[in-house]
Amino acid sequence: MTLIGTIENPFKPKAARIVRHYDLIKDHRFFQVRHIDMKKAMSFTYNPGQFIMLSIPGVGEAPFSISSTPSRPGILEMGVRKTGTLTEALFQKKDNDVVYIRGPYGNGFKLDQMINKDLIIVAGGLGVIPLRSILYYVLDNRDMFNRVFFLYGARSPDEFLFRTEFFQIKERDDINCFYTVDNSDSEWTEDVGVVTKLFKHLPEIDPRETTAVVVGPPVMYKYVIDEFLKLKIPKNQIQLSLERRMKCGIGKCGHCAIEHLYTCMDGPVFTYWDTLHFRELI
Amino acid sequence: MQSKFLEVFLESLDKFGELYGPKQKNGVLSYDSLNSISELVITDEQPMIPIKKLFHPMQFTMMHFNEKGFYPDYSVIEKRVVLGVHPCEIHSLLRLDEVFMREPVDPYYAGLRKSTAIIGFSCIPTENHLCYSTDTDIVNEGFDLFFVGLDDFYLVWVGSSLGYDMIHEREEFFDDDVTHDDIQKYVDWRQKRNSMFKKSFEFDSMPDIMELSHDSEIWDYFGDKCLSCGQCSMVCPTCNCYNVTDVFAVTNENVGRRDRVWDSCMFVDYSIVAGGHNFRASRADRLRLWYGHKLKTFGVDYGRPGCVGCGRCVDSCPVDINVLTISEALTTKEVPK
Repeated sequence: MTLIGTIENPFKPKAARIVRHYDLIKDHRFFQVRHIDMKKAMSFTYNPGQFIMLSIPGVGEAPFSISSTPSRPGILEMGVRKTGTLTEALFQKKDNDVVYIRGPYGNGFKLDQMINKDLIIVAGGLGVIPLRSILYYVLDNRDMFNRVFFLYGARSPDEFLFRTEFFQIKERDDINCFYTVDNSDSEWTEDVGVVTKLFKHLPEIDPRETTAVVVGPPVMYKYVIDEFLKLKIPKNQIQLSLERRMKCGIGKCGHCAIEHLYTCMDGPVFTYWDTLHFRELI
Repeated sequence: MQSKFLEVFLESLDKFGELYGPKQKNGVLSYDSLNSISELVITDEQPMIPIKKLFHPMQFTMMHFNEKGFYPDYSVIEKRVVLGVHPCEIHSLLRLDEVFMREPVDPYYAGLRKSTAIIGFSCIPTENHLCYSTDTDIVNEGFDLFFVGLDDFYLVWVGSSLGYDMIHEREEFFDDDVTHDDIQKYVDWRQKRNSMFKKSFEFDSMPDIMELSHDSEIWDYFGDKCLSCGQCSMVCPTCNCYNVTDVFAVTNENVGRRDRVWDSCMFVDYSIVAGGHNFRASRADRLRLWYGHKLKTFGVDYGRPGCVGCGRCVDSCPVDINVLTISEALTTKEVPK
């Protein structure tokens, strides 16, 4: 139809190849995908905290957090939990199989709030998947940030995502990593307990010069935010990322509305100050 | 224009596109394509399903897919002229424009919008019309031609260059000179019409009242009554939510289509995410979202609430949850008896 000939269809997903996958933990799989169109692969830029819409033809489409960092272009990484029909179909895919993606969507983390400041990253469970993007972004651009603290809590050592990677990062002396599990086993050498227990390891901070980021299950936010507030970090310097049902990713389908905001366009990253205004947020 | 020319003129508009308008279909007034101009029903009543269905179809195929990828299908888009469109409907399209025409533009809605002419008609309020309360009883934009019926003639407003062309085609029907008498008739008509609204509600202060009533037990009261049937969303001209589903072709497991279909935030699974967490499991929460959209805020950049005062929720809700009962309960802080 000539009338719309000039508009690029924003719903048309592009073909991408699974270049590598492996299991992270039970029912959680890591995928590296790459646009088949090489130019698209190299020009695809995004911010940490953004997401893509991934399609499997005939099964459907859903939003997935990007777990890779834009500082390492070409390949997109995702951590996926097998939990519904689309992810079950995705788990059937093998390396070199094709999936379809479009994006990136959402605002991403507010990097301008982090530059030249101390940064506290707190992850709970699956929340570490989008936070891994900002973590690597910070490490790849280490000079842009002051001290960096990475706190991650999982339910058990068996459910600790990216275990090898994160214990390697822990060895670095330009980042302070603290890990905990709710239920330990005999080999676990780190902290035991909920993620808020890790706050005792933090040195004194200047709250005005600190930005905090938290992503985790809905129940976790309140407790972690309470810890940030105890440190006197300003409410608009606490960033969190929210999950919602989405069918379009571009502010049309309505599903992710929170009062007058669309999580897909105005989020998924909001500050705690935003959440105080919009009471339905968490 | 003299009233006697109306039918001939409207019929002549078919050179600008397929004619659409309200017509009787299975006993229901409904926007549909017109086989002949005699099917058109110009009336103060409004079609049960609003005009959004011509721009945001109830169900249509967005794309086809096969082994090689996805291919957009724009076959829903055709040149059309929609006749008999009331002011509230024109306002509703302007609201939908804010969602679908915002970047990134929805190519289906934009295509349908750009290929469709709107021929508006004035109306006299019927039982549940509320457009005087919502300030949507008059249109200044959003139409190509707009006809105001005054005694034995129509005052015709030209709203676009296309509208001008339409008139130019049959200029023998139109009289350029607007007399003082004509203006007086129009003023009288407006005053008379303004006095005929049977119902009204407090619209201007609703954003503040909604904000202050976030935790009101009124939402629980209405939540208990609500059937989650979603009728309000189907008949509301500014409900635009949709779902997307993939459908395989019967004969080939690699081929199929991706369809868009109307959805409603009243449905229990509207906000459910993978893993089963439901961000709005209670009907009260879902009602608050729906009425927040209509009476408080509609998009961070859009300014006005969504309600255009068509009164369809008053006509349709089987348990009397509508902008009148909700705004009254929130204003008086009393639940209906």
